[in-house]
Amino acid sequence: MSDTKKFVYINRKAPYGTVYALESLEVVLIGAAFEQEVQLVFVDDGVYQLTKGQNTDGIGMKNFSKTYSALGDYDVNQIYVDEQSLKDRGLTMDDLQELTYEDEDDDWAEKSSMKLINREQLAELIDEADVLLNF
Amino acid sequence: MPLDVNGKSYETDEEGYLANLNDWNEDVAAALAAADDAELTESHWEVINFLREYYEEYQIAPAVRVLTKAIGKKLGKDKGNSKYLYELFPYGPAKQACKYAGLPKPTGCV
Repeated sequence: MSDTKKFVYINRKAPYGTVYALESLEVVLIGAAFEQEVQLVFVDDGVYQLTKGQNTDGIGMKNFSKTYSALGDYDVNQIYVDEQSLKDRGLTMDDLQELTYEDEDDDWAEKSSMKLINREQLAELIDEADVLLNF
Repeated sequence: MPLDVNGKSYETDEEGYLANLNDWNEDVAAALAAADDAELTESHWEVINFLREYYEEYQIAPAVRVLTKAIGKKLGKDKGNSKYLYELFPYGPAKQACKYAGLPKPTGCV
């Protein structure tokens, strides 16, 4: 059995305007092939990456927001959203897309991948990471 | 190198992938396959059509592991395994099938 490491990806930036959000997502999807434990955190403007109803018609960029819902297929199902960041931007979980996965060990029941966390939990999560990637 | 189909020229990249997703149609798919000396059967079309639907929904071409699992769910276990998919697409199911489906080369994929 190979060693599994805990990879934590911190997403801090708005989805468009810089390439960080898309790059992060691509790294996560590629990295998923290595069957490590993967956790995604959305904090600061990073919470905008998950907002519903994104429309990129005016900015000539591909709208990759639909791709987040493929994460469940890639066994990436630990997605954390920082509560304070949402609050600071006047957002709630209802403004974000619902990301789900199918639980293989529970007759493929569809379950939510998303979890709201506070700053203390965020600190803990970062503390426990073997590999930390900041985008 | 442009690909000529029915008197129309289509732009492709250096590996033969279609440059523009919207250029795709079934004749183009057949021509892309013919360039590899492959012929598309009903079984190939099942996978190609599945990939196009997947791309439409998620805006990505799935990795081979994800493709295999999803095909198994949609078309049955006897098709959702790498042996079956590699027989259809010997150059790598995701890579080769995506090419004929007119999709970009899958991210980090065989």
